[in-house]
Amino acid sequence: MKPLAITACTATTAVGSGTTSLAEALRSRRSGLVINHDVEVATGVPLATWIGRVDGIASCVLPAGFEHLDCRNHRLAWLGLQADDFATRAREAIDRHGATRIAVLVGTSTSTIAASEAAYREHARSGAVPATMTRSDLHHLHATTAFVRDSLGAAGPCATVSTACSSSAKVFAQAARMIEVGLVDAAVVGGVDSLAASTLFGFHSLGLVSTERCRPFDVRRDGINVGEAAGYALLERFDAARHGDVPLLIGYGESSDAHHMSAPHPDGRGARAAIEAALRRARVPASTIDYVNLHGTATIRNDDVEAKVIALLFDERTHAASTKGWTGHTLGAAGLVEAVACLIALRDGFVPGTLGCEQRDPVCGPQIRIDGEEREVRFALNNAFAFGGNNAVLAFACDAAALAGATTR
Amino acid sequence: MSVDAMVVDVVGIGAWSTTHHGWPALVAAFAGEKFAASPATMRPAPLLLPAAERRRAPDGVAVALEVASEAVAMARSSSTSSQGIDPHTLASVFTSAHGDLAIVDYLCTTLASDPTALSPTRFHLSVHNAAAGHWSIAADDRAPSTALAAGDDSFALGLLEAATMASAERRAVLLVAFDTPAVGLLAHATHGTALFGFALVLRPGDRRASDEAVEDEGGDDGVVDERAGDHEVSKRDVSDSQVSDHELGEDVITRLTLSITSASVTMPLPVRSALQPLARSSAAARALALAEALTVDGRTEVRYPLGDALALAIAIERNIPYDNRTGDEAIE
Repeated sequence: MKPLAITACTATTAVGSGTTSLAEALRSRRSGLVINHDVEVATGVPLATWIGRVDGIASCVLPAGFEHLDCRNHRLAWLGLQADDFATRAREAIDRHGATRIAVLVGTSTSTIAASEAAYREHARSGAVPATMTRSDLHHLHATTAFVRDSLGAAGPCATVSTACSSSAKVFAQAARMIEVGLVDAAVVGGVDSLAASTLFGFHSLGLVSTERCRPFDVRRDGINVGEAAGYALLERFDAARHGDVPLLIGYGESSDAHHMSAPHPDGRGARAAIEAALRRARVPASTIDYVNLHGTATIRNDDVEAKVIALLFDERTHAASTKGWTGHTLGAAGLVEAVACLIALRDGFVPGTLGCEQRDPVCGPQIRIDGEEREVRFALNNAFAFGGNNAVLAFACDAAALAGATTR
Repeated sequence: MSVDAMVVDVVGIGAWSTTHHGWPALVAAFAGEKFAASPATMRPAPLLLPAAERRRAPDGVAVALEVASEAVAMARSSSTSSQGIDPHTLASVFTSAHGDLAIVDYLCTTLASDPTALSPTRFHLSVHNAAAGHWSIAADDRAPSTALAAGDDSFALGLLEAATMASAERRAVLLVAFDTPAVGLLAHATHGTALFGFALVLRPGDRRASDEAVEDEGGDDGVVDERAGDHEVSKRDVSDSQVSDHELGEDVITRLTLSITSASVTMPLPVRSALQPLARSSAAARALALAEALTVDGRTEVRYPLGDALALAIAIERNIPYDNRTGDEAIE
């Protein structure tokens, strides 16, 4: 595919707001995970687990004109837009290209469902239908994406991608296609998912939530910590004269396991196909990949399958690791947050290790690392795998010069 | 930069409503046949699913798989061997404003009483890509699949993404739009009142693209190898120079030319007024305006709103009489 310039990006997670916080936390191994006290969701049943909670949501105020849409997911979406001056950068791009020439594509697994949950709880207590329950612009999957579009003032094609934990990796692919065929000149892609009872208790019902801090790729791992996050990136058609040495989206790969709704294919058939497709579009061989941000959820099965696929496709020089020990599993926002982790690695020349992993599962090849390291990072991959066997992998390059030097002919 | 129109060919159609069980029933309704309505049924029972799952599957999954199966069977029975549709490598776009509202209502109700009683099965069925996941498993379709929502514009955005994928990746794409009736408290916030599903199988419409798709699709992932594609183009440009870009393959039902224009438009309705209440019953049922235009010598353009400032304009060129087109080939 034709590379796309990534002219702005940001992530707000449990470790803090913005890329500076994330970069610092990844380097210093400062986790954002905290014990769940049932404060954020207030179900009345504190689930024994750790969570990746974003600070500052309680005091966040939505912009004027959007008060009626107030809920945790929109506050998180808005907080995320302020970090790294992303909203300003996005509005500049809107001015540059025209409001209808920018797509807004946001990935989320549950959008505003916490607001619906709260209304149901209130109804169960009082028997009355809460006033908020009549808001048709709040209780639906596209609500947050529409809020992001409207608060930025964009007017191009706007869609929510909701394929569970691959959602906000797939928005990059959709944006690339739209730019490729000329529907738009740029896209704001995002990933926003806030803490909700549905996901906490849902993953708990499947036996996939750890009572401890999550331990990706550790032989004793026993499940995820649910996290919340908002991340965004601005993608534009690459123009060497204009963009210079900005990082690039150089490939994407998507596939379906066609195997099981909530378990990966045992041989990682779909994961492998998605990685290979991303490399094929990027036109770089697997041996050039310096860093892979693994999906690495710390469930027994995901990490087992992912480790096998990584061992099969990459050689020893590739550094592969999971950042879930910092942020928790941010579900529909994971693709975006971890894309930003890749972009930070490309920018800073530092690749994070795997926080929470002490005894590496023997299934891991030498690619999967516990410790971070300084190294030149020219190419990075981001894995995102989801329920329904839905897989998406993104490929990034540090700049056009690196890509020109490595492209296969 | 100018907006290029995208050209896609419709080679399969599927539809289901509680009173129109399948595309032929809907076609009859568009033609004004009084006996067109089927006896009202609450939900379809897609044969693609194993018997036990057929009963257990949520309504949204059931209707999505029913219309997907019908559209793909039609595409397979009518497409010529050189441009055959292979369900195992068929990319798919599922679009729905709300997904399965009964499942969301169940989640919220259970969480309000006893969160720890949540059913793990219902939870994994609550993901918006539940229908996409079930399709990929049941049809052994390993190709890329996405699940979209865009509020009232969900059908238009789904069609836009399916056509974009067909054009950008030069491959056949299955589009499935569905919505489910609102239940419980959620009925106060959503206007979805009827179970409805609609599906199209789309193929890139220009000669170059559709020929390449055959060359390039294959392998486990069904991902197009763009390098091979680029190479093939140069040879083909010469050999195909005498073939008009405008010629429709005999298996093409209609050719759609999609473009985005700056215009504020209202939701399109089918001309046949008897179908208008159904078209208003959910975001997915907005597909009926386009569906009608695929069948009769009436409208040649349908425009859908994409937000407040844009419209998706679809120019429609019909090919074969629709009444010859039903699918009878099972997906193996």
